Amino acid sequence: MNHPLLKLFSRRELVRGLGALAGATGAAALGLAQNNAPAEHSGGSGHAAAATVAAKGMSAADHGSNVVMGVVDPETNGFDPMQMLVDWDYGKVSKLPGGQTLREYEFVASEKEIEIAPGIFFPAWTYNGRVPGPSIRCTEGDRLRVKLVNGSSHPHTIHFHGFHPANMDGTPLPGNGGLVQPGDSYTYEFDAVPFGCHKYHCHAASLKRHIHKGMYGAFVVDPKGGRPPAREFMMVMNAFDTNFDGGNEVYAVNTVGFEFAHRPVPIRRGELVRIYLMNLVEFDLLNSFHTHGIMFDYYDHGTTLEPTLRTVDTVAQMQGQRGIVEFRAPYTGPFMFHAHVSEFAELGWMGHFNVVEEAGWAEALSRVGLTAEWDKRGLDGATVAWKGGETA
Amino acid sequence: MTREPESKENRWGGFGWVLALIPLLLLGLVLAYLVATGGGLRELAGPPLERVKIERITLPAPGVIRLEVVNDGPQEVTIPQVLVDDAYWAYTVTPSNTLPRLGRATFTIPYPWVAEETHRVVLITSLGATFEGEIAAAVVSPRPDASLFGRFALVGLYVGIVPVLLGMLWYPWMRRLSRPAMNFILSLTVGLLVFLAVGTYLDANEFAAQLPAFWQGVPAVIFVALIALGALLALGARQRGEVGALELSYRIALGIGLHNLGEGLAIGAAFALGEAALGTFLVLGFTLHNITEGVGIAAPVVRKSPGLGHFALLCLVAGGPAILGVWIGGFAFSPVLATVFLAVGIGAILQVVWEVGRLVARDSAALGQPLVNWVNLAGLTAGIAVMYLTAFLVKF
Repeated sequence: MNHPLLKLFSRRELVRGLGALAGATGAAALGLAQNNAPAEHSGGSGHAAAATVAAKGMSAADHGSNVVMGVVDPETNGFDPMQMLVDWDYGKVSKLPGGQTLREYEFVASEKEIEIAPGIFFPAWTYNGRVPGPSIRCTEGDRLRVKLVNGSSHPHTIHFHGFHPANMDGTPLPGNGGLVQPGDSYTYEFDAVPFGCHKYHCHAASLKRHIHKGMYGAFVVDPKGGRPPAREFMMVMNAFDTNFDGGNEVYAVNTVGFEFAHRPVPIRRGELVRIYLMNLVEFDLLNSFHTHGIMFDYYDHGTTLEPTLRTVDTVAQMQGQRGIVEFRAPYTGPFMFHAHVSEFAELGWMGHFNVVEEAGWAEALSRVGLTAEWDKRGLDGATVAWKGGETA
Repeated sequence: MTREPESKENRWGGFGWVLALIPLLLLGLVLAYLVATGGGLRELAGPPLERVKIERITLPAPGVIRLEVVNDGPQEVTIPQVLVDDAYWAYTVTPSNTLPRLGRATFTIPYPWVAEETHRVVLITSLGATFEGEIAAAVVSPRPDASLFGRFALVGLYVGIVPVLLGMLWYPWMRRLSRPAMNFILSLTVGLLVFLAVGTYLDANEFAAQLPAFWQGVPAVIFVALIALGALLALGARQRGEVGALELSYRIALGIGLHNLGEGLAIGAAFALGEAALGTFLVLGFTLHNITEGVGIAAPVVRKSPGLGHFALLCLVAGGPAILGVWIGGFAFSPVLATVFLAVGIGAILQVVWEVGRLVARDSAALGQPLVNWVNLAGLTAGIAVMYLTAFLVKF
């Protein structure tokens, strides 16, 4: 083994030989990148560690640099993932002669380029210019009247999940309402039953393309007796196949990858948090939701008042599945929430909760550009007040 | 000739060259019109087409990946994000992540790559198009320090100088051969040169395929080879009569030298990219493979006595470039340079195939035999066969 050639061709030898020389350069490069990383990102403990490593000279790399460069300005898209957590759409409310509540909506289908990660633009198909579409919120038994106006160049539908007559199903099947051609409109009218965490999406063919291009949204039906008061969020797990190769390049909650890693979602320690969670990711069979330092109860489809899973920290949702997550965070500090499909997490489905005491609440809101209005909407989302009974 | 052209010339009073500018001026106007108005072709404009190429990936240090990227598409491209192993990663870029057409950028990514494992990098454009590069087996890219310089030189020595030198040592034996036997050796030389020409062409195309599209690598290889061949033939034709025997040896040495440069480049580059399953075995293979090169260089001068000085120089011309090749390939690999060197090599080798072929023809004629006889054919076949079979040791 003393032959010089054998030495030369031992790659281990080479790596070892150059290791010393490499240290300084590595540290310099990492230091540079740290300076370039978005300022908000220094919040997580992992990133503080990265800075320390960079200062010492890099011996063991960490995962602190798994970020996108830059941020998406909500002005660009005309919608803000953070606001989408709480921006329930109750429709135009009136009473029918029989006393039933009528909620009227108008959805305009349109084509729109949206920024799904800093600098990456996606040619989306939208309801009302946003992805996900408006978050419908109503009470069990309300009459819904949703008019779809097709302002785009492809036929579309709205297919609601839940009970409804065949002609309100919104598919191309004869007797299902049919495709709404460009320039045409169609009004879907049905009673909102059963209560639960539902969704709607376009059912035109090709189904995969119409869904992953962005035509979906939340459809939440409150039980008549309400649910215990809580801070409520609407989270749609979605993804985008930017090069149209049948696999997603960007994963997110409410469309913008890493948005909640840049802007941690504020919650108060100990308060009840309820998340209406749905998976609209195409191409991948499963998605998941995982919380750090927090265990939650889960109501699959949200169609029960009793949890279907108790005290878990990870739940899987297949394509189209959804449910309600409920928890109280016992400790303050930054806590990650993300897909426990690590690939999705590293491709954008990564967020942080910023759990604070009452004293730190105002600061937690202002740090991510939120106002008291956002706070209020999060607490007052329900269409019906809790009428007592079992508390969560 | 008639006088008419002269009189026309006179009419322009020595400003005839202005005539040559008129088409250029009009061309300028047409271009300006097209750029300014679209020339009525706006409706033909298709969707934007983005294309970039990761030209080179280096690992300057543990935890750092560096990408050299060139935009070989038809328009400006912005690369907002970079992925390593399916994860978005922070990076720094110089001069900018917006690349004009033919523009370049260097991305530096602090990523904890794992030694000897495979990593995949993806560039994603503002329109969501993706462009991939692969690190086959991660090793720190070689840096030109004295020790590695020396070790690379050693590889070049074993691959280039040693086999050529050993092959030349057949010279005293060759001098004792009869004329027909010598014709066999010269035919063998043609055979090995033909093998090298084909091999060099294929290697050149392999590098050419890595080039950004605007280089038009594959046709460029053919044209550079033809121009090199033409230039060398023209140089040879300047002298009256035959090219001198010693000069022919030098030309063979030059052609083989360029080929060996290519081999060195490939070895050095493979080593730098961590793709080198290179071991002593591969170097041994190249040593065996290249030994007939020495025979070929010495063959034309068997009737002369050039002296040791010339043999040393011939050996250096033919074998030395292998060392240079390993250095360039290992420390500063450029597919553009590699393609050009190899294309020139093809031309040089083809030229000596022609010259040695003429030598065989002349000697055959002197023996009263046709050019294609069984001895010559056997020599040619033996030359190709030896190269082909020893290549088993170096092709994977």
